[in-house]
Amino acid sequence: MPLYLALTCISALLAVGVYAIVDRRNPDISRNVYRLCIALCSILFLAAAMPRGANVLSTTLPFGLPWLGMHFRIDVLSAFFLAVVNLGGAAASAYAIGYGAHEKEPMRVLPFYPAFLAGMNMVVLADDAFSFLVAWEFMSLASWALVLTHHHDAENRRAGFVYLLMASFGGFALLMAFGVLGGIEGAYDFASIRESTKEGWKTGLVLALALVGMGSKAGLAPLHIWLPLAHPAAPSHVSALMSGVMTKVAIYGFIRVVFDLLGPPAFWWSIEPLTFGAASALIGVLFATIQSDLKKLLAYSTIENIGVIFIALGLALAFKANGLALPAALAFTAALFHVFNHSLFKSLLFFGAGAVLGGSGERNIERLGGLIHSMPKTAFLFLGGCVAISALPPLNGFVSEWMVFQAILLSPSLPQWTVKLLVPAVGVALALSAALGAGCYIRAYGVAFLGRPRSDSARTAKDPDRWSIGAMAALLTLCLLAGLLPSLVIDTISPAARDFVGGRMPTQAELSWLSIAPVAESRSSYNGLLVFIFILFSAYSARWVIHKFGSTRSRRAPAWDCGYIETSPTTQYTGSSFAQPIRRTLGVIAFSVKERLDMPAPGDIRAARLNVEIKDRIFDYLYAPLTRAVETCASSLNILSLLTIQEYLALVFAALVFLLVLVAI
Amino acid sequence: MEHLTIDIAHVLAGALVLTSFMLLYQDRLSGLINIYTLHAVILSMSVAWQAYYQDAPHLYVTAAIAAIFKALIIPFSLRRIIERLGVHRTVEVVGGVGITMLIGIFLVALSLVVMLPATASADPLAREDIAFALAIVLLGLLMMVTRRNAVSQIIGFMSLENGLILAAAGAKGMPLVVEISVAFSILIAFIVIGIFLFRIRERFDNVDLFELDRARGERP
Repeated sequence: MPLYLALTCISALLAVGVYAIVDRRNPDISRNVYRLCIALCSILFLAAAMPRGANVLSTTLPFGLPWLGMHFRIDVLSAFFLAVVNLGGAAASAYAIGYGAHEKEPMRVLPFYPAFLAGMNMVVLADDAFSFLVAWEFMSLASWALVLTHHHDAENRRAGFVYLLMASFGGFALLMAFGVLGGIEGAYDFASIRESTKEGWKTGLVLALALVGMGSKAGLAPLHIWLPLAHPAAPSHVSALMSGVMTKVAIYGFIRVVFDLLGPPAFWWSIEPLTFGAASALIGVLFATIQSDLKKLLAYSTIENIGVIFIALGLALAFKANGLALPAALAFTAALFHVFNHSLFKSLLFFGAGAVLGGSGERNIERLGGLIHSMPKTAFLFLGGCVAISALPPLNGFVSEWMVFQAILLSPSLPQWTVKLLVPAVGVALALSAALGAGCYIRAYGVAFLGRPRSDSARTAKDPDRWSIGAMAALLTLCLLAGLLPSLVIDTISPAARDFVGGRMPTQAELSWLSIAPVAESRSSYNGLLVFIFILFSAYSARWVIHKFGSTRSRRAPAWDCGYIETSPTTQYTGSSFAQPIRRTLGVIAFSVKERLDMPAPGDIRAARLNVEIKDRIFDYLYAPLTRAVETCASSLNILSLLTIQEYLALVFAALVFLLVLVAI
Repeated sequence: MEHLTIDIAHVLAGALVLTSFMLLYQDRLSGLINIYTLHAVILSMSVAWQAYYQDAPHLYVTAAIAAIFKALIIPFSLRRIIERLGVHRTVEVVGGVGITMLIGIFLVALSLVVMLPATASADPLAREDIAFALAIVLLGLLMMVTRRNAVSQIIGFMSLENGLILAAAGAKGMPLVVEISVAFSILIAFIVIGIFLFRIRERFDNVDLFELDRARGERP
């Protein structure tokens, strides 16, 4: 029943896309489309939460390949991701009712938006390689069309091109992965893939291909280059969906292939997710720290969080391979918990960035400032998102990252030395990225929302409409609830851990006072509610003490200007100034920063300039040579299109003779 | 008697290969057309012998088509074309005849090596014929590759087609329709190429393919 309901809703979403095209003259079309999307996403969310009776429901529809049909299936993992996708989808649609009203070319968004939602839902429910790939490509193409919404801008067109390139590369890798899994007999439904036996080389190949294919969509370094380009290009509710939800669909795909279809793992499987996860976490957070474009910053931060999730998944693989069910369940639950959390707060932050962009027309934090006065509601909600993503208690980000660290602390029980040595290093990288991540958000919030406005547009910015504020407030509430009542979330995820890593965490609801204990209460436990009460209590008592004993008179006066006569807002500490220590210390290793000081000669009245050029090393050392190689090959093949008739004949002749010689030998 | 029949067939097919070599060697256009006529005559004799040996009357029709079209109409019209183009006295510059001949010998050896094992179970007559036919096809291709003049390329193409007919005649049960359609398509190709020759000539005052390349702007 939930499965058929979900499939009906997915086709209804596709129908909404068609409706958007048919009824394009209607002035209320944008509002109608997003309302329908909210309704359908909510039903899909309920379908995921609905008791399913059996553990696994599946069905085969007579579309697609004639001998295969389209298999769909819902199990605990699909249901969890279905819930994540549709929670994000509903929030983004609600936000878009207000935000999308300002869209200049609504027809470039409206038909693709519901299709994008439908594609993501289909990926999660697909149960054979064919449907999975079709849904996957559908999702990619719909989101590509959305990235190209503002296609008049050359930069956006480039973003679209890079995204399309990475998406087709990833899709190709997945095609190969499923080809290897399906084997020569072509058993492409997941049920027969699960039962087939896999040789060693096959699993290694599929693992690498899945990591490349899913990783290119999720934004795993070094395949992350499209995220910082595509996310700023898309409208904000779409970037929220792409960053908060679509990357999670890629994680679902990875879990489905590696934890489910590939069968029992070997310990070395964990090495790739751990290494690349740690690399993503570090690269993402370092680039986020130096970005001054708010949406780019969020995109890099997504890369960091994807890294955290992959680290947790790698740990789960290592533990599962060694039969350590409880730690495996802990790591797996932490990964899924972080998936859920990240989808909440990253959507919230992208909505906030969209509100800032809509209110002030600026994405560059160097031209913002003082928004807390002009956009008080957005400022409060964005702060909540920053606290959550910086993993500060009592919000949800802390819980999942804490659980990942708990899993890392259990790594000495692993028998293999490779993993035993790798995991602590990964843990250090994770700790570093968590700290830098907090710093990154302090900088983003401080420069954009505090201080004095650095431009007129920042001074006159306005809070967005009720729908947008409502969507952000709802997400922040969910963040808070998930932080205060983590036991509920953990107990919801536990059945998935039971099915996929063969163990589950102790039931958390049985513990007193809503605290959680990942392994055992004697070892470590956390109580979000207690922390929250403590924070509230100490904050209010501090406030009470200050107001009781301090001066009652308050006045608003200009800040002390150190005796200088005129202080312009541009003399404030800027985002680049905050990032400068990181840029200086790690600039040579991580970013290849070139700083050039252009100092005028004495007597010259020209202003001095400091030029900072930041390059991505991965782009320079991995992608640039690749592009050059492709170009060289293409241009050397170009000669073939300019041959004379005789040379063409000679070519054919030589090929014929060559083949004949092969036959003769 | 059996041996004699097969030997005669082999002599004719071998003569066809030999004529192909003569085509490869000849550098005068009028001489080339004469040799092509010889090629076509030998082909029609070979097919007629096959018709007699296989007792297949439709092959006589094929032989007649080969004799009428290839040995009479096409050489006649080719001769008229080169006269009207004014190239009948042209001596074509063919670089490295010796090497071309060596490559030709290699190609014949190659086709024998390829075909004899591949058709081990076939009729001994068809076997040799098919091997020779492949050799003729390859030599025709080689001629098209080495020649610069459009007329000699056409002749190379025609000799290649003769090789195909030889192979087809050797294979028993080849329907007449196929042979006739092949013959007609060759004729049409001949007409089309002929028209093109005149067009090229009108434009560039030459039928040398180097002129075409120059017109495409690739050679200074």
